[in-house]
Amino acid sequence: MSLEDLKKELEEIVEPSSVHTRDYDRNGCLLEIRAERSRLLSIAQAARDAGFFLEFITAVDFTEGPIAVYQFNECNAVSRIQVKVQLARGESLPSIGRVYDAALWYEREVFDLFGIRFDNHPDLRRLLLPEDADFHPLLKEYGKVHAFRSAREIYVDQDA
Amino acid sequence: MSTRTPETVTEHTFYLNLGPQHPSTHGVLRLFVKLDGEYVMEVDPIIGYGHRGHEKMAESHFYEQFLPNTPRMDYLSGMLFNHAYVAAVEKMTGIKPPPRAEYIRVVCAELNRVASHLMWLGAYLMDLGGVTPFFYAFDDRENILDILDRVSGSRLTYNYCRFGGVARDVDDTFIGATRDFIKRLRGRWKDYNNLVTKNVIFIHRTRDVGVIDKDIALRFGCTGPVLRAAGVPYDVRRVEPYSVYSELDFEIPTGVNGDALDRYMIRLREMEQSLRIIEQALDRLPGGPIRTPTPNKVRPPKGDYYFAAESARGALGYYIVSDGSEYPYRLKVRVPSYGNLQTLTEVLPGTLVADTICILGSIDIVVPEIDR
Amino acid sequence: MNAAWHYLVGTLGPDLARIILGLVGILVLVQLNAVFLVWLERKVAGHIQARLGPMEVGPHGILQTIVDGIKLVSKELITPRHVDRKLFVLAPIVVFLPAMVGLVVIPFSRHLQVRDLNVGLLLIFAFSSFNVLAILMGGWAANNKYSLMGAIRSVAQNVAYEIPLLLTVVSVLLWSDSLRMSSIVNSQAQVWNVVWMPVAALIFMICATAETNRAPFDIPEAESELVGGFHTEYSGMRFALFFLAEYSNIFIEAAVATTLFFGGWRGPLLPGVVWFFLKTYALIFVVMWVRWTFPRLRFDQLMNFCWKILIPAALIHLVVYAGILELVK
Repeated sequence: MSLEDLKKELEEIVEPSSVHTRDYDRNGCLLEIRAERSRLLSIAQAARDAGFFLEFITAVDFTEGPIAVYQFNECNAVSRIQVKVQLARGESLPSIGRVYDAALWYEREVFDLFGIRFDNHPDLRRLLLPEDADFHPLLKEYGKVHAFRSAREIYVDQDA
Repeated sequence: MSTRTPETVTEHTFYLNLGPQHPSTHGVLRLFVKLDGEYVMEVDPIIGYGHRGHEKMAESHFYEQFLPNTPRMDYLSGMLFNHAYVAAVEKMTGIKPPPRAEYIRVVCAELNRVASHLMWLGAYLMDLGGVTPFFYAFDDRENILDILDRVSGSRLTYNYCRFGGVARDVDDTFIGATRDFIKRLRGRWKDYNNLVTKNVIFIHRTRDVGVIDKDIALRFGCTGPVLRAAGVPYDVRRVEPYSVYSELDFEIPTGVNGDALDRYMIRLREMEQSLRIIEQALDRLPGGPIRTPTPNKVRPPKGDYYFAAESARGALGYYIVSDGSEYPYRLKVRVPSYGNLQTLTEVLPGTLVADTICILGSIDIVVPEIDR
Repeated sequence: MNAAWHYLVGTLGPDLARIILGLVGILVLVQLNAVFLVWLERKVAGHIQARLGPMEVGPHGILQTIVDGIKLVSKELITPRHVDRKLFVLAPIVVFLPAMVGLVVIPFSRHLQVRDLNVGLLLIFAFSSFNVLAILMGGWAANNKYSLMGAIRSVAQNVAYEIPLLLTVVSVLLWSDSLRMSSIVNSQAQVWNVVWMPVAALIFMICATAETNRAPFDIPEAESELVGGFHTEYSGMRFALFFLAEYSNIFIEAAVATTLFFGGWRGPLLPGVVWFFLKTYALIFVVMWVRWTFPRLRFDQLMNFCWKILIPAALIHLVVYAGILELVK
């Protein structure tokens, strides 16, 4: 399935206004989707059906709360899709481990480094830090950071 | 520490720890294996022994200060990681390095790829019990390390690329030594084929062992030789060419079965393709400056950016979120061994313990890049 | 020399003198042989791997093994708390038994044989089974999963590979009509056995390599899989004893192969002893060559190879040669 078809499918799952086309040279990806957490599983399933693989899952910490970033890509041509989910502090995400096995470790890492919990994850324990650690290092309130900003400051001209 | 309890243990099964200190786990990896006699029932790879917090470090260092961190994540493909990071920031900021620098970067990156594959070859055969190819491979690898040492100053963790170009120019000694090395390594293929590829015991140990087919590979996000062995010709240098790869002519070796033998053959052929790339790059090496002037501290524009490159183990990626200052707001490194290692949870159960080492070696992981 | 011999014979009687001298000679030979083989292995390994091997200590590193031996003797004998003490201490000693006893009946030349028992060959094979016992003792006593797995594999491997070994030996016995080692050598007066039963010689060498746990059959000590196999917990001189015993066993197996297939001490011009050692060490060199060329067989492949290929081959060989001999005689 080509990127265009997947785009149409995704526009049915989320509102079309949440699906942004991006400039590959400026951002490295072709599509960006601002999704609600409830839509996440459907998006993952659509990507899986289209033959995309999961490149990574990570998070970025902002003052409003972390944004979880999912990235999917295809093997045939450059078709990178980014899915961003804005979370409130302490909010959890549904796990897409049922759809992509690769997600299991990425979600464990995000839980480990950011403290974001994933519902229905079969084995949510820490991955990189010792099991009895009690902090989440990549949150901006931990350790030495240079800046702690709001998402609106950074994604300035990206609301196309 | 694992949260497993022994209530699931029957009389026949027992738990074995392969690692974290073990001659064959490449890096500090712990495989917590549930065995029934010689057969593996379950495996749980436990990582994190080498977690140094590179991504957190990035948030309190300038972009330039993070340069030395890059080769230390995957120390066997240090030049490739370094190159990818520099190219990522350059693309974000709009800096264009001069053509001479691009070609030099490609030559050094491909030399590093050959060195990484040679190291893998030696270590893999040693895991299987044949110690001799280790010496041959390391003998060849020493040549590469000497060549790269002359131009970058380090043998393993290269900090050679700079924003806008490379740190030092290459001279005729470098070019001559590289060409000699290419000729020498090409003469060695016969030795490797006789000693390893045609070795009947090696073929028996690797054929149909650890089959990772296309479905498993895509579910786990595998890239690199693991994915190519399954028959998918996905190479970032072909699909998303960066640097000057679009001007160079090379093949993408693919396999058929996805077994350990296929992965071995692919890496062997990839080395030959890398030699081709190096030759073409040296032939086309233009004159000119090696660095475009850049501001002292680069300040990429606000926004996020993802850059993909092909490391020796698969598709590498840098996801950089910038807030317009000289410090990255978030830097995530997407490493190929992450997905490759996870396949073990699906491929290992049902195999013998001896095959565990064989499969683990054939996937070619470097644990520090997983741990970061 | 002659005077000393006559004095000895006079006091003790010819039989006892011969036994004592023979035993002393065997002890000396076992140690010297082990020392020499360790050096030879390192040199062979080095040259196959495109390097030189030991060169520093003595000319071409000849004294290296002696110096290493001194170092090992000076190390602390660590006995971990959790091991079975008696078995742990006994295993490295028992593993030397086959070599010591076997050398008693090997004919080094026409007259150089400590005891020419009429069941000489049987004695050697009977005592070589102690190898398995010692490895099992060592692996069990160490009280550790890795060692146990190594020991279990070793038992299965050794027991399985003894069968084709003995079957090929029976083929030789059909020709020589006797278990006496000197008769076997004499039966090859016209032509060496290897010339007209090469398959048996090949099977014998393969099984001998497996019996002594040499690569490609060295799974019991598979360094990269089980850390150290059955000798994981041993250190210092005990560790060294296992390896010296391995080299002594290799020597025994090569000596038996020489006697059975390659004409023993027979050969023109040179004295018998020289021929014997030349042939034995040539076979040992081949064994070493094989070790550094091939990777390890997986355990189930190893067992399949024995049960499904070697044993049928040895059986067929036996039947065929019995038939041929019947027709010829």
